[in-house]
Amino acid sequence: MLEIKGLKVKLEDEDKQILKGLDLTVETGKVHAIMGPNGSGKSTLSYVLSGKDGYEVTDGSAELEGEDLLDMEPEERAAAGLFLAFQYPVEIPGVGNMTFLRTAVNAQRKARGEEELSAGDFLKEVRAKAKDLKIDADMLKRPVNVGFSGGEKKRNEILQMAMLSPKMCILDETDSGLDVDAMKLVADGVNALRSEERSFLVITHYQRLLDHIKPDVVHIMADGRIVKTGGPELALEVENNGYSDILAEVS
Amino acid sequence: MALAKLKSDATEARLAGVTLPEGAAWSNAARADALARVRQMGLPTKRDEYWKYTNPSELTAAEAPKAVVFDAGETPLFDAVDRLKIVFVDGVFDADASDELTGEGVEIERLADAMAADIHWAKDLYGVLETRGQTPVERPLAALNTALATDGVVIRATGKVAKPIHLVYLHKDETSDAVLHNLVKVETGAEVTLLENGPAAARFSGCLEVEVADGGSFHHVRAQGRDHERRTVTHCFARVGAESSFKSFTLTVNGVMTRNECVLEIIGDDAIAHVAGVCVGDGNDFHHDDTVFITHDALNGESRQVFKKVLRNGATGVFQGKILVKEGAQKTDGYQISQSLLLDDDAQFLAKPELEIYADDVACSHGSTSGAIDETALFYLRSRGVPQYDARNLLTLSFMAEALDEIADPTLAEELRDRLEGWLARRS
Repeated sequence: MLEIKGLKVKLEDEDKQILKGLDLTVETGKVHAIMGPNGSGKSTLSYVLSGKDGYEVTDGSAELEGEDLLDMEPEERAAAGLFLAFQYPVEIPGVGNMTFLRTAVNAQRKARGEEELSAGDFLKEVRAKAKDLKIDADMLKRPVNVGFSGGEKKRNEILQMAMLSPKMCILDETDSGLDVDAMKLVADGVNALRSEERSFLVITHYQRLLDHIKPDVVHIMADGRIVKTGGPELALEVENNGYSDILAEVS
Repeated sequence: MALAKLKSDATEARLAGVTLPEGAAWSNAARADALARVRQMGLPTKRDEYWKYTNPSELTAAEAPKAVVFDAGETPLFDAVDRLKIVFVDGVFDADASDELTGEGVEIERLADAMAADIHWAKDLYGVLETRGQTPVERPLAALNTALATDGVVIRATGKVAKPIHLVYLHKDETSDAVLHNLVKVETGAEVTLLENGPAAARFSGCLEVEVADGGSFHHVRAQGRDHERRTVTHCFARVGAESSFKSFTLTVNGVMTRNECVLEIIGDDAIAHVAGVCVGDGNDFHHDDTVFITHDALNGESRQVFKKVLRNGATGVFQGKILVKEGAQKTDGYQISQSLLLDDDAQFLAKPELEIYADDVACSHGSTSGAIDETALFYLRSRGVPQYDARNLLTLSFMAEALDEIADPTLAEELRDRLEGWLARRS
């Protein structure tokens, strides 16, 4: 599904290398987790994959089902099936959540040469999915993320994910700012979307999110590279001993 | 002295050969008084403080600059609204194109008819609020309108007026110079909605005086069309009584020169007065100016000024807004925001927000910002698959939302929003 080779990325405005030759392969239908200390480049990876400005790829490649991601505009990556759940979802005053969702869904369908969803079908689908995530009618009507609590914002991200049904989902510290109940709700939403056709890359500091979203593979990232790869037990090791032991071991 | 002489010479040059329309004795007196006030004040020049950001020369010139008649080729605004339509072509009432001037809960007459009647309620309004609005800042172009206005309507709402009254201003003559003056008197507990749209003329001066009695409600939605070469100056003078409501919204798209002044006075307790506007300007020759002055002279009054301007390609937007809270106007809640979205480096926004407060128990806030499209929000939308161009338009609409929300009637708000969306989508 996702194949990253030797990816090197620096900040556009300053001479600072963030990713220093990162290799990562996420197979179709699998859930991979990336853990790592602050400043290891986890969020940069998610932004570079989704096409945010401000980064310069100096070497390497990233492909989604064989297509060169790095050559595409952000909206093209989305239409190709990539989805990033933001660590800090953006507030957009004056644009209703529902309007936003419908615009996004139909823009992607259009880009893929599919027919736009009718208002009725869209409404039916969004209501059903919102219900599962305990998102009420009021939250759908309100401007995008405006006045939403931390948990509501993250649930809204998962709702977007559910509506857009991407192939490759990247979750950037989706657990940050969530209490236990909210985390469970978000994790349930993600788990409901797990399928043999869909892959996930879950970026997190802590192991606790991985209690709810069980990963197939866990990677440890440090200083712009994947330094260790293992099974779910690797996350437990981090939880118990911190990063320093692992980092000492690989250096 | 040299300057004063220059100013009075320019004023005399403009007034040379003007004749005042004739009517009943009281109206002739009102016009003569207005003309005398124009002479005394002198017409504005760009050296005047109040015209620092907007050059009035095309508004004061003896001849109106030519303006090509523009046909947008789209359905006229408010066409789907069940309303009472009153049409002016180049500033002249068109009876054939207008509905009959009758309606439930309302009396409507042509200005000339009212001004010809020896006894008429208009006597207590025509030029009266305009005169009050001349202090502390002089507005000579408004006085000139009072002196010269040839047409317009006078509206007296006595109850809940069932249909909005819609003034349609058509422009058909490239050199027309129209001066319209409208009066609205909202009696105690009455309610009326006034719609206005169209370029009116090559050059247009519009003056609206609105008196809202206790418990009355006046709702005003105006759209100044997409005509590129329009030159317009409008004045709205309003005085609102206790527990009354005044809401005015203006959408301006294009136009070489637009100056909209709004002068509001809250004289009764617990009244609300909102003035809002959205303008969208493109190109070096676009100039739009909102000048607002709101006076609180009663208890527990609420006022809002919400102005949003989207500018690009050398377009200029101006906002001069003031809240004056008089001594004793306690518990006043005044809010003022003026913001511009500058879509490129060439556009400019000039803002002069002012508060002057003489009461000690009030809440007044004001803010003014200029900025570009929020890149983070743009990326967020694009990452969801919305193409860059559409995402920018969506964020532009989002920027205007707070002002559009000031339109109380959701159907009218929706219509203007849709229209804006369509216009934005076309401009690549």
